[in-house]
Amino acid sequence: MYFKSYIEKKVSAAPLAFFRVAFGVLMCLSIIRFWYNGWIEKLYILPKFFFSFYGFEWVKPFGNLTYLLFVFCGLAAFLVAIGYKYRIAIISFFLSFTYIELMDKTTYLNHYYFVSLVSFLMIFLPANATFSVDSYLKKIEFNKIPKWTIDSIKFMLGIVYFYAGLAKLNSDWLFRAQPLKIWLLSKYDLPFIGNNLMQQDWFHFAMSWSGAIYDLCIPFLLLFKRTRVIGFVLVVVFHVFTRILFPIGMFPYIMIVATMIFFEPSFHEKVISFLKEKFTLLNYKVQSKEVFQYKSNTVPKLIGVFILIQLLFPWRYLLYPGELFWTEEGYRFSWRVMLMEKAGYSNFKIVDGKTKQFFYVDNKDFLTSFQEKQMSFQPDFILEYAHYLGDHFTKDGHQNVEVYVESYVALNGRPSKLYIDPKVDLYKQKESFKHKDWILPFNDEIKIKGL
Amino acid sequence: MIKRYIALLTVLIVAFSCSSSDNGPSGNTDNFDRSTLLANIADNMAKPVFADLKAKLEDLKAKFDSFNTTPNTLTFSEVKTSWYEAYKVWQYAAIFEIGKAEELQFVNHFNIYPVTVADVDNNIATGTYDLNSTNFHDAQGFPALDYLFFGVAATEADIVAKYTTDANAANYRKYVYDVIAKMTDIATQISDDWNGSYRNDFVSNSGNTATSALNKFVNDFIFNYEKRLRANKFGIPVGNFSTTPLPEKVEAFYAKQYSRDLALESLSAVNGVFSGRAYGGTTSGASFQTYLNSLDKFNLATSITNQFESARTQINSLSPNLYEQINTNNQQALMAYDELQKAVVLLKVDMLQAFNISVDFVDADGD
Repeated sequence: MYFKSYIEKKVSAAPLAFFRVAFGVLMCLSIIRFWYNGWIEKLYILPKFFFSFYGFEWVKPFGNLTYLLFVFCGLAAFLVAIGYKYRIAIISFFLSFTYIELMDKTTYLNHYYFVSLVSFLMIFLPANATFSVDSYLKKIEFNKIPKWTIDSIKFMLGIVYFYAGLAKLNSDWLFRAQPLKIWLLSKYDLPFIGNNLMQQDWFHFAMSWSGAIYDLCIPFLLLFKRTRVIGFVLVVVFHVFTRILFPIGMFPYIMIVATMIFFEPSFHEKVISFLKEKFTLLNYKVQSKEVFQYKSNTVPKLIGVFILIQLLFPWRYLLYPGELFWTEEGYRFSWRVMLMEKAGYSNFKIVDGKTKQFFYVDNKDFLTSFQEKQMSFQPDFILEYAHYLGDHFTKDGHQNVEVYVESYVALNGRPSKLYIDPKVDLYKQKESFKHKDWILPFNDEIKIKGL
Repeated sequence: MIKRYIALLTVLIVAFSCSSSDNGPSGNTDNFDRSTLLANIADNMAKPVFADLKAKLEDLKAKFDSFNTTPNTLTFSEVKTSWYEAYKVWQYAAIFEIGKAEELQFVNHFNIYPVTVADVDNNIATGTYDLNSTNFHDAQGFPALDYLFFGVAATEADIVAKYTTDANAANYRKYVYDVIAKMTDIATQISDDWNGSYRNDFVSNSGNTATSALNKFVNDFIFNYEKRLRANKFGIPVGNFSTTPLPEKVEAFYAKQYSRDLALESLSAVNGVFSGRAYGGTTSGASFQTYLNSLDKFNLATSITNQFESARTQINSLSPNLYEQINTNNQQALMAYDELQKAVVLLKVDMLQAFNISVDFVDADGD
């Protein structure tokens, strides 16, 4: 009963239209920035080998044609922004963007995952109901859309913040101020605050605690009208601050603009009418239908399932034994952002199983420095690379190839420890969702306790 | 509502920041001045090292001059001693692949080994060559002289004859002069640059960016240790990167008796820079070690110096002639490599994490 009445609730279409334009523009800029920085070549064309997500081994860059994929993705983002052939555009964007992110998991970032999820969600939302080329061409626009459509985006944003906050409730973050201590100490070269504030013990703790509280509170501050302004001010301050401190690219801007969807519709209506006044091109008059209606309840139900999955998925790490930060089993796709300073050194040994003759591999022969860095402390990377090396040297004519690794990893300022069982032939281990029992247990005196 | 949130936030932060100051070091300002570290590296290491390298190369030329005036085994042995003295200084200089040294790619003109004998022979036979050519990086520098002074003929008398009575003697002499001149020229340029404007550029560039002097130098330092010392001097010849040992790839292969001591010299250079010891002196200044200490990483700093010592002990147990050592008892040489390897982890993982050196990667959200 409640479900039915909630599903039928209607609200102004302006916030979603505003969100569509902002999202499209920012995505288009992100793609251009990515290209401009030379990262397409650096990340997707120059490497000889790409790390795949389990089950997506077939997703690979297309050599020089990879540029076309980015052109396609950028164009799709642009079409989303202007709302032309919206449904096709957003599907194209979702598919191409997700494909790009699946090409090499070295570049995995939570905010890319966020973009994929939001664009998937937007496939089902009437974001072109108003203020779009589609509505201009069809000569119909809808002033009202179901409230749940906007709520679904708010929910997605809420999950990102709240789960990021939950993830910070661990002893390293709260009681050792790690990894922020390591990072802030190294910001000695910031003007004014670098050599004093950034070096203070209390400041590291204050940042850690306020960061955790911030993440947990933001969704609620934004949700309620009375606290919304302070919530948004905090969003801006926090993200600008992280932008200054860390190389996190477009993420702060995306979050600042995305959280504007929490504002009252009157805000978005004002922005849209302001734009229409400024640019006569946008000031088209079409027949105005009152309400956008879904033909059935299938879509809201589907979105319900999607949200449920989002709520449950980050908890999958509970199914694995061992320390999450150490094994990273269930670490990704869970809004664990800036939680670890982890570094490793992995030295691979190719052994002839019969003669026991061996040699070491120079990782630089196969990986870029960025790939090597990421590979060195993540077990699934280490396994995939071990198989690649095994195949490579077998094809090269080596006999009875066995692959071992001497891997040392340091986590959040602890001394480096042996990471992978050096006696296990990784070439015989298979990737799966099961626990990798060849990861040595996390046995530092300083344990990590928490969610 | 708002007030309550703010109050809660304030209380929590204040409560925690007060309690936190009870345990752990409190209210420390960053009293480690990285410019002092860079100044110590510049003034007490880089400058005197390159000045010494230049002087040693000039001495080598002078010794070769006297050998040409009075060619005999005595003057020739002075040439060889001078060559070895310069080669030892090189082990210190190799760490400083920054500034002019990086621009001139000095390693390519000093120490690419094994030397390609065919190229050296051919260059001498034809008398026409360009030492700037990338094809001849492995036909010059100390390794080429190693071959020309120790390996170009079977006996010392025959070697001396190459420069005196051989049909091509003039070309042999010219080649040695050219190789020395090339090295001297580069060492002089680098030394001049350190004594000129570069010193202040280096010292003042103490920020934490991918291109700052400190970050670049830390990376150079580790690269020198991992590649030039660990891999080139031990890893490759003992066969850690190939299916069988390759003893002929040891440093100073033709001189034979110096390969171990050059490695020890390189380890001393590394240890000296790490602990901030002035080149050729005993006084110490700001260093990676004191930097680690200022970050409360005393244990790490001690582990690193201890590991250098373990490696030194292990290398000392080897024959001075690593070629012979590998052929007779490679196990012992492999153990030296393993000791060197352990410090790589400490430097590359633990020390870099402690310094949180910025490296030019792409966007990151820390996972």
